[in-house]
Amino acid sequence: MKLEGTVWKFGDNIDTDVIIPANYLVTTDMAELGLHCMEGVDPAFAQKVQPGDVIVAGKNFGCGSSREHAPMAIKGAGVSCVIAEGFARIFFRNAFNMGLPIFESPGISRNIEQGHRVSVDQATGEITDHTNGKRFVASPIPPFMQELIEAGGLMAYVLKKRRT
Amino acid sequence: MPQTIAEKILAAHAGRGTVVPGELIDVPIDMALANDITAPIAIELFERSGVETVFDRDRIALVPDHFVPNKDVRSAIQVQAMRAFAKKYRIKHFFELGDMGIEHVLLPEQGLVLPGDVVIGADSHTCTYGALGAFATGVGSTDIAAAMITGKTWFKVPESIKFVYHGKLGKWVTGKDLILFTIGDIGVDGATYKVMEFAGDAIRNLSMADRMTMSNMAIEAGAKSGIIPPDETTLDYVTPRAKRSFKCYESDPDADYLAVKTYDASCIEPQVAFPFLPENTRPISAVGTVPIDQVVIGSCTNGRIEDLRLAATVLNGHRVDKNVRLIIVPATPTIYRQAMNEGLFEVFLSAKGVVSPPTCGPCLGGFMGILGPGERAVSTTNRNFVGRMGHPTSEVYLANPAVAAASAVLGRIGSPEAL
Repeated sequence: MKLEGTVWKFGDNIDTDVIIPANYLVTTDMAELGLHCMEGVDPAFAQKVQPGDVIVAGKNFGCGSSREHAPMAIKGAGVSCVIAEGFARIFFRNAFNMGLPIFESPGISRNIEQGHRVSVDQATGEITDHTNGKRFVASPIPPFMQELIEAGGLMAYVLKKRRT
Repeated sequence: MPQTIAEKILAAHAGRGTVVPGELIDVPIDMALANDITAPIAIELFERSGVETVFDRDRIALVPDHFVPNKDVRSAIQVQAMRAFAKKYRIKHFFELGDMGIEHVLLPEQGLVLPGDVVIGADSHTCTYGALGAFATGVGSTDIAAAMITGKTWFKVPESIKFVYHGKLGKWVTGKDLILFTIGDIGVDGATYKVMEFAGDAIRNLSMADRMTMSNMAIEAGAKSGIIPPDETTLDYVTPRAKRSFKCYESDPDADYLAVKTYDASCIEPQVAFPFLPENTRPISAVGTVPIDQVVIGSCTNGRIEDLRLAATVLNGHRVDKNVRLIIVPATPTIYRQAMNEGLFEVFLSAKGVVSPPTCGPCLGGFMGILGPGERAVSTTNRNFVGRMGHPTSEVYLANPAVAAASAVLGRIGSPEAL
């Protein structure tokens, strides 16, 4: 599957408090969380972002609190995937568990500009910048994570294993 | 094959002799934890799964501590969902107001997490229990939902980094300063997905409270776990509290570490982490003049009785500066009662501080001490991200309880030596 959209760039160490500030953690509704996505760093982000758009960030994306509301808010805002230099590990785990596609690609934040049109081939991890034609490859998704994605997330995986 | 304490605990749970960093394992858990922010998602997923029973009603802890006492209608609804779930599945360790404390102080205090355990919690500071010699780590709500069904979770076996601290700590230097100094040294992603193992004579001489402060903040360096092999201090703390049997592990002397870092702890001053990352540390002598509006003493990092005693020692006979609000949050009802009986409340109230019921509230900008635009706080908590305690233009400076108390009196960030 190909994910395609406009790039929104963020820096290093984007923590889950700025992805979804704590005062919004009184709901489990993805769409509502999406209305406040990235509010701590760009209050207008949720109004500007279009369905399919892509977040490109630096190192340690999603550090801090384990709140799963963070990947939920990103998905709820319509973002199709996050590409970062690296992810904090609880966020990494949460994203796979709840079905937000994420890609690690060292050097990406230096190479792709805000507003560029990009696509990501989910199967191969190939990233194409359609604005300038440059191509990049994301680090391969670990096989177990691939299995989780194919099953439809951790809950589906666990329930499937339970049945067999 | 020589192994680290983390590898031994994971191998034992996996039913194996050894495990190797990088391999994926499926392990039974000794305790799964969630709070009033993270449990609602896990509960929804569990109910939607159609599974009719939890794996073990004694090994799930539900602690409504973040927005409790309920800060508004919506947080009340979240706690209602937890309460109903706990009742329906007869969850043994649901903590109603009156028994409720800050989860990572409460569970060790109640003997529910023990040396040698594998613990997962839908809260990033679950790594606190590493101070007891457990492998404990924060996960998400979906992981907890799955674990409530299977009683298991998956891990990639992490590599370990050893941090060795030698020497006698200076006056007013605490576990908080050792961990802030370390995060300042290695950075907020300096231990991503690694185990931080703390060792050395300076660690052996730390109280359990100080050790828990250190393990608690391992996540602020990106670590999976922050572990301290058990010793006599651990056993003195754990033995009278333990609700079940436990096993102590230690690292083999020739175990393999990704790196070993050694610090002369006698040279470490009290540390202050400047906004907006815990790695922005400075020794107290290099802070300069930073006027403040609020001081918070509490949290899963520094809300234990030892922390409150330290704050009271500094505050005794003083009044907080007229421009500063001082909020003190004992972490559990037991600590609250201890502080009251020891006369600490008299010191806090005479200094014109207020004492809050146990809650995580102010630490994450939930309630009970939100910062307004441009306000500055010194806080004994664990994070100073943008907007962490309130308005996006407010600022949080992380410090130990002695520095926080002294700063409240001084009206600026400062050392108890300046009083």
